[in-house]
This record gives sequence, structure tokens and C-alpha cells, in this order.
Amino acid sequence: MSFLLDGILATSWQHIVMYVIGALLIYLAIAKKLEPGLLLPIGFGAILVNIPFSGAMNTILPNIGEVHGILQWLFEVGIEASEAMPLLLFIGIGAMIDFGPLLSNPRLILFGAAAQFGIFATISVATLMGFSLTDAAAIGIIGAADGPTTILVSQIFKSQYMGAIAVAAYSYMALVPIIQPLAIKLVTTKKERAIKMPYNPKEVSRMARLLFPIVVTMVAGYVAPASVSLVGLLMFGNLIRESEVLGSLSESAQHVLTNLITLVLGITISSTMVAENFVRLETFLILILGLIAFVFDSIAGVLFAKLLNLFSKRKINPMVGAAGISAFPMSARVIQRLGQEADPHNHLLMHAVGANVAGQIASVVAGGVILGLVPSLL
Amino acid sequence: MEHLFKASLVLMYQGMGAIFTVIFLLYLILLLFTKLFSRNSE
Repeated sequence: MSFLLDGILATSWQHIVMYVIGALLIYLAIAKKLEPGLLLPIGFGAILVNIPFSGAMNTILPNIGEVHGILQWLFEVGIEASEAMPLLLFIGIGAMIDFGPLLSNPRLILFGAAAQFGIFATISVATLMGFSLTDAAAIGIIGAADGPTTILVSQIFKSQYMGAIAVAAYSYMALVPIIQPLAIKLVTTKKERAIKMPYNPKEVSRMARLLFPIVVTMVAGYVAPASVSLVGLLMFGNLIRESEVLGSLSESAQHVLTNLITLVLGITISSTMVAENFVRLETFLILILGLIAFVFDSIAGVLFAKLLNLFSKRKINPMVGAAGISAFPMSARVIQRLGQEADPHNHLLMHAVGANVAGQIASVVAGGVILGLVPSLL
Repeated sequence: MEHLFKASLVLMYQGMGAIFTVIFLLYLILLLFTKLFSRNSE
């Protein structure tokens, strides 16, 4: 009967740390409602895969050989082999996005590009900390503020830190309402935050809405071919939405497909959170680097807006630049709140939403650009 | 480490350049859209 004690005897302090991390993620998901769709499965999975001899992972049974575990299988098939899970999620995300605010005010798209700077700044800092270029790139892409892109890039670069990177990405996305105000206030005055922007939306024709996803895919594909799978599936989802002839498919993509993939993605990612790989100094460094990425993204967006103001008659509230990160719609709501704090009559929401959806496009382009460029620099 | 840091700076310069190129092209196309399709919607 000694086998009853095998699990207890095999438990290390690292396993206990993982149970605490798992419990913390579940607590944050339920009590604080921080990205519950991802953090709850990741938290539960972190406990599941760290039970000694866990059957959720591949195990070797005496006299039998290797036995497949469901989470490891899901990871190998759904993420490692084809990156299918994060990529299919983009169809649902694309079907959810209304590019109308962007189409009616095109200059907002520029903020999407500026707010990707944090990715590259973080990659540089990560290399100084001793990470390889591929690991640094996988860490830097946390700054895309886009979970599926982060998972995809870290998987394609076969980063050993994928679990920590995914946890950092989703945690900081949930913490945007705390991180962004601090970063924005560092580089703006109250007077700047009170700048009003009139909202006079132009009517967006159906043809423009239909052509937009196709044109974005073509342009991104020709300039950064590695981004095609990311941008293409995002825009495919959006074309289904805007076609207005595939209502049930659009509904399915927005709800059923997204929910199904989200349901298994989090717990599948947790298969990378095995104690031996997770409880180490690098995980702590990745959490710090993720924070740096979000802060630099926000600051770069704000500074870019200030730069545009030097050449523009119609002044832009610089905070709108910070909404160029992909965390949708939290970032736009943060900008609206800060604007009203500075002046209760200031309404920036629709401008910030436009910059925010621009961030969705720019973040997947950034993912594709990094996938295309990093191998040539190795 | 110095070699990696230099490579990361090259990545920053080329990466931001590529992102701005894509986004600026899209900006120009969006401006064209507003010219082309605004009459249709009126």
C-alpha cells in the first residue's frame, strides 16, 4: 500500500508554490474578475499539471510505457503542431470588431503603430538581462497586449517560457485600468488630459466596410508576409461580420467559436506551467518585462500623439495615443475615464475606441513582423 | 550579450519601420476610402 504515499512523498516545495500560484489566479479571476475566461482555466490547470505523476500530462507507467495525458495532447495538437487554437480565436475576435470608428476617422490608425514600441523596447531590455533573441522576442510580444498573438509567437519561437509569458500577457491585460493611468500621468499634464476632441463621425459606406478587411490583408501580406495567418484570420472574421449575409456564422464565430477555444486554450496553456519550468528566476523577470512592455506602449502612444499635435490644427488629446494598444475595450474605457477626471465634460470614448481597434490590427502586424524578422537576425 | 542587444536594436528599427509602413499604407487607403465612398453614402 506504499503507493498511496508516492504522490505525497514526491511533492516538492516548487509544487506547493505552483498550487499557491494556481489558487491566486483562480482568486483573481473570481473575486477580482480579472480576465476570468483565461486566468481561471490557467489557474486550475496549474494545479492539475503539478500534482505528482499527473495523468493530465504524458506519464510513464512501469511495465506499460508512455501514456498520453489530455492537456499535453491538447497542447501538442492545438498549439504546438499548428498553432490552431490561437489562430482560430482570431476569427471570433475579427467578427466581434466594429472598425466603424476607425473608418470614419482614419488618422487614429497611426496610434496603433506607435503603441507597439513597447514590444521592441522590452526585447532590448530582455537581451540585456541575458535572454536569447527568440526568448526576448517572445517576451517582448507581451507588449502587443494581445493574448493569442503572444501565445502564437512564443510557440513558433519554441520559447521555454511560454507559460510565464501567457500568464503575464493575460494578467497585464486585465490590469490595464491600473497600469495605463500611471503610465499616462507620467508623461501628460492635467491640461493635456483635458483637451477636448469633437466627435463628428462620417457615415461609413457598406462598400468601405467590405473592402477594408480584404485590403488590410493584402497590404499586410505584401509588406509582412509572416503576418498573413494572423491578420488574415482576423480580417476573415471581420468580413463574415460585415458581409451581412452570414449572420449565423458571424454569431457563431463571435460566441460559440470564441467560447469553445477560450474554454480549452487556458487550460491547455497551463500544461506549460510544470513546476520545474515555472518556479525560477526567469519567470519573475518575465513578469517585470511584461510590465515594462505595457508601460512603454502607453508612453510611446502618448508621445506620438504629442508629436502629431505639433503639425496638426485639430489637437488630439494625447491620451488617445495610449489607446493604440490592443487591449480592447479596456484601454478605451481608461482613456474616457481619465478624460472625464480632467474635465467632466470631456468625451473621448469613440476616439479612443478607434485607436483601440487600430491597435488590434497593429498588434497582429507586429506579431507577423517579429516572426518574419527575428530568424534573419539569429 | 552586446551582440544580442545590437541585434535587438536592429529589430526595433526594422520592426517599427515595417509596422509604420503597413499602417501608413492603410491610413492612405482609408483616406482614399473616405473620398471614394463618402458620396455613395450621401
